[in-house]
Amino acid sequence: MRPFGYAAPASLAEAVEALAAGGPGTRVLAGGTTLYDLMKLGVERPTAVVDIHHLAELSGFDTTGRDELVLGAGARLADLAEDPVLRRDCPALAESLAKAASQQLRNSATAGGSLLQRTRCGYFRGGPPYPCNKRRPGSGCAARDGTDRGHAVLGTSESCVAAYPGDWAVALLAFDARLDLLGPGGPRTIPLSALHREPGDTPQHEHTLADGELIVRIRVPVTATGRGSAFHKIRDRESFAFALASAAVAVRLGRRGTVQDCRIALGGLATRPWRAHEAERTLLGEELTERSALLAGETALAGARPGTHNGFKVALGIRTVADALRTAGRRAAS
Amino acid sequence: MSTGIKHGALFATTVEVACTVNGRPVLLLLDPRESLLDVVRERLELTGTKKGCDQGQCGACTVHLDGRRVLACLTPAVHARDADVLTIEGLADPDGTPHPVQQAFIDQDALQCGYCTPGQIMSAVACIAEGHAGDDDQIREYLSGNLCRCGAYPGILAAVRQAARATAEG
Repeated sequence: MRPFGYAAPASLAEAVEALAAGGPGTRVLAGGTTLYDLMKLGVERPTAVVDIHHLAELSGFDTTGRDELVLGAGARLADLAEDPVLRRDCPALAESLAKAASQQLRNSATAGGSLLQRTRCGYFRGGPPYPCNKRRPGSGCAARDGTDRGHAVLGTSESCVAAYPGDWAVALLAFDARLDLLGPGGPRTIPLSALHREPGDTPQHEHTLADGELIVRIRVPVTATGRGSAFHKIRDRESFAFALASAAVAVRLGRRGTVQDCRIALGGLATRPWRAHEAERTLLGEELTERSALLAGETALAGARPGTHNGFKVALGIRTVADALRTAGRRAAS
Repeated sequence: MSTGIKHGALFATTVEVACTVNGRPVLLLLDPRESLLDVVRERLELTGTKKGCDQGQCGACTVHLDGRRVLACLTPAVHARDADVLTIEGLADPDGTPHPVQQAFIDQDALQCGYCTPGQIMSAVACIAEGHAGDDDQIREYLSGNLCRCGAYPGILAAVRQAARATAEG
């Protein structure tokens, strides 16, 4: 690992100052489960690191609000996963956390850091001799004609087919979460849907944060739809694996059992956390049946462009959406 | 901290860290690149904690940081600042009596080569303390971060079940 300068600021304000002072090669260190891992692999080569791991002002969370849940960016995933309000009112959020990584990693990983975790593409992680446009823009993409079994089928480009690996961001996307940011230009709030980029021609740019900008907290609107939610995750093994396909869905049913509100977000299938608005619309006003759920799944995957070894993800994705909808519908009806 | 925001130079290349390891106070002068795993093994010579994958995928390096199980390989050692670190060497009673989870692993023959065992035991101790050892499915789920290439899982499951029951019966 390359040497770097290390700062452990005493406050959030000092962290923002340190980020500005460190310049473009500066990285924020929270739990370390992504950044430190990638530094060991030589993928991340920061010249300076600003450690926010210990900042108590980031680590709190409040799920008692009537209008929104307020989750500090430094809150540990393990603590959020156990929160009784989250489990009752937003089961998809709690399930996405409980199914993410292992308890050891959930004890380190943070709510904000998790959103920015980087792809598990083996060519990205392994590097030379294989080309990777994320690591070295313009060098090419080894996955496109290589081992792309775990790669994305939605949101891909000629430059990159790497899948966004996370669960938590996918679930939050279905809940219309917003992010409070703080940077040299002051505070601002953005929808989570505006955080991640599709790769396009610049897969090295994965998010829309400005230089020196931090995620401070996550805000989740509280709605009646949340209780009828579910996170379904399909993996190569039953636990402690990244998603081949996942779906975070939520439905609210009217008196006659028709769908009044519907949210569908996909993970493991796309280059970024993926909201399937068109699929949601197919269910509005309809009864939630096996057929309508499958149709929603088919609509969600309609734009899929599989590569060489990941064609199975289309059928898998469709059924993952349908199964998640079935669970969510059962919860919404009870 | 040898340097910090308030001490002139903003970014340091060596960091002073005070912590306790298995109850003993330790003062370390760290390169911020060092992992907790390397510090525990190479500097403190506590080699019970194992380096398996060094990438957060196997669980062999599991230790407790302020009572919570973490992967020492993905924990920058600077994160041990002011914290209590517990490794497998600190688990038994000072008189040498094995911890109930260690004894359960012996009783249930829950290992073959033994390389993953310190991590399995540290993870199991935390799993029971968290209240995540209620039934077999829950034990399997909450120990899924600890891989065993020998496939000693049935014995490990039996050992955790035994220790969880003993703990519950107090």
